[in-house]
Amino acid sequence: MFIDFFYLLRQKGVPVSVTEWISFTEALYKGFMQSNLNHLYYIGRAFLVKSEAYYDMYDLAFREYFGGIQTEPLELEKVMEWLKNPINQLPNLSREEIEEMKRELEALKEKYGLDELMRMFRERLKEQTERHDGGKKWIGTGGTSPFGAYGYHPGGIRVGGEGWMSSAVKVAEERKFRSYRNDLILDVRQTKMALKKLRELKREGLVEELDIDETIDKTAKEGGEIELVFSRSRENTIRLLLLMDTGGSMAPYANLCDRLFSAATQMEHFKDFQHFFFHNCIYQDVYTDMWNAKALPTEKLFSNYHRGYKVVIVGDARMAYSELFDRYGCIDYYYSNEQPGVEWLERIKNHYPFTVWLNPTPKQYWRHPTVDAISRIFPMYELTLDGLKDAIRALTSKVKRPAA
Amino acid sequence: MTKGTMGYQGSEDYIASKPLMEIVNVSIVLSKPLVIKGEPGTGKTLLAHSIQKALGKKLIVWNVKSSTKAKDGLYVYDTVQRLNDARFKDKDISDIRQYIKLGKLGQAFSTDEQVILLIDEIDKADIEFPNDLLNELDEMSFHIPELDETVKAKHRPIVIITSNSEKELPDAFLRRCVFHYIEFPDEEMMERIVRVHFPDIQEKLVRESIKRFYWLRQIDGLRKKPSTSELLDWIKALAAGGVDIEKITGSLPFMGTLLKSEQDTDKTSRFLASNSGSFSFRRR
Repeated sequence: MFIDFFYLLRQKGVPVSVTEWISFTEALYKGFMQSNLNHLYYIGRAFLVKSEAYYDMYDLAFREYFGGIQTEPLELEKVMEWLKNPINQLPNLSREEIEEMKRELEALKEKYGLDELMRMFRERLKEQTERHDGGKKWIGTGGTSPFGAYGYHPGGIRVGGEGWMSSAVKVAEERKFRSYRNDLILDVRQTKMALKKLRELKREGLVEELDIDETIDKTAKEGGEIELVFSRSRENTIRLLLLMDTGGSMAPYANLCDRLFSAATQMEHFKDFQHFFFHNCIYQDVYTDMWNAKALPTEKLFSNYHRGYKVVIVGDARMAYSELFDRYGCIDYYYSNEQPGVEWLERIKNHYPFTVWLNPTPKQYWRHPTVDAISRIFPMYELTLDGLKDAIRALTSKVKRPAA
Repeated sequence: MTKGTMGYQGSEDYIASKPLMEIVNVSIVLSKPLVIKGEPGTGKTLLAHSIQKALGKKLIVWNVKSSTKAKDGLYVYDTVQRLNDARFKDKDISDIRQYIKLGKLGQAFSTDEQVILLIDEIDKADIEFPNDLLNELDEMSFHIPELDETVKAKHRPIVIITSNSEKELPDAFLRRCVFHYIEFPDEEMMERIVRVHFPDIQEKLVRESIKRFYWLRQIDGLRKKPSTSELLDWIKALAAGGVDIEKITGSLPFMGTLLKSEQDTDKTSRFLASNSGSFSFRRR
């Protein structure tokens, strides 16, 4: 039933798998749920969506798929009277019967559509004068008529139910989870979570893990006299350099960069973490403070931090053409660079094979000569959770080992 | 359990939203593990305790730490003890069974009645941890090679797993679970929650402090937003200290119970000084 919904979800970007869809359908078929839209919304979400980051997309899909269904204030009191005290839960249907009904529904759908179904519902309401339970045609409980409550008819019209009926579409309408979308926000905690992936475990830690095989070996050799052997525990060996642009055009993204920065500084699992600042582009100096007062020659950076360091550069890569390509092109009039910025960037790339550029501006605005040029030097990613993950994957990939 | 009508309905000291109750019940009926995510202090861990109270089943808690290995939950084979015992003749070491100790998961499988198993803060452990439990949670059984025995759950336990999203859980793992994200409660819900904890505290105090609490939460750029448990502490402190209600609207007494970092305290103090509680336009 509503297999289209499955495809719609996937189309909206919710990674639903077939396994999940099957367990969801199983939940529906088991029949302990009252079939109303609200149940469907929450149960569907619990079974099909496994991260709050996708809740918003789910909401969108749900609204698109079920948004058309509205309960209209018909002569509801009368109908509700009939629907009181349902005789049973679901009629026990065999697979064939369900298949049959699906076919019927498809035919019905094709033949009538929702509006037509609503019209038929109204008509039947006029004709019907008493309560019906079970059966196929009349509005009632149980049964397989397309109209009624507590019954089963895929896609049929449900009337009434609990007080919170029909609000599912409304909940979906509210899109409360918009801010949980992956591509929109990046908070400190999530960033830390992403940064945690940045690791390479090596046995470099303290000698504190009991090596059982060795211990047994040794003990056996000693003739039963216990000899405990310890080995080094595994430790993250990642060393990280963070270079951040403090230029004026970065101001709108200050908050975002701040989060990345605080996440990175709070991380305790790096072997070493160093951060430096620059203004628009990197020339012969980087700075240890945000106000670009305390300089450290870039050459010194190379000698202080060996090529095993991973480098993350954060900047919008947007500058005047001359700032990147010309000698003496630096934006600060008091600063003169003998070498154009682009050459310095190349040198950084050569020294640190694992370097990525994170750009806080959305990807659709990247079409700019200097952004293009820089993204040809460094792999460039959006400063979003997804972008960060990709960047980290690039940093930890084993494909191109740095030459010794 | 009869279908739909019975099951988990929240308990005296825990207020569950309707969708959450539904989802708990569905996951119990389908015997699928339930993964609960949400901000700290939204009552993820308490949910399991509440289910325990409501259903009257035994609760087994497995607190996951950064060093926890999946195997620890199944069983531990105390080789060192056995090796040590082997040096002396007074013990029979041929029976490996006495050196096998079941972990929390193992205990949950081997009990005679259905239990609730809470795997608390699963994201604290190594990234691979959930994957190592995949099969065990799926089949609800595991094999002990040392004994060549399979421990199989007599009654599939109700499994509740909480996560703070410190690390993301692997897709393969999530696919086998039911997932629910507990939203931060809104003011109305919060009032009900506070009422459950402190039924005797003056209504006005509760209302004002909740209002203040949400005001505090919307300040941009706090490192750690105060959560439910902090609010409860604060209200307790306010009530115990006999603070004048008027004072809450003007300043923040006992700020330390709400804000746990120096930067946040500074920021809030500045905020308080700059607009003293009322909204005013600030120069950008």
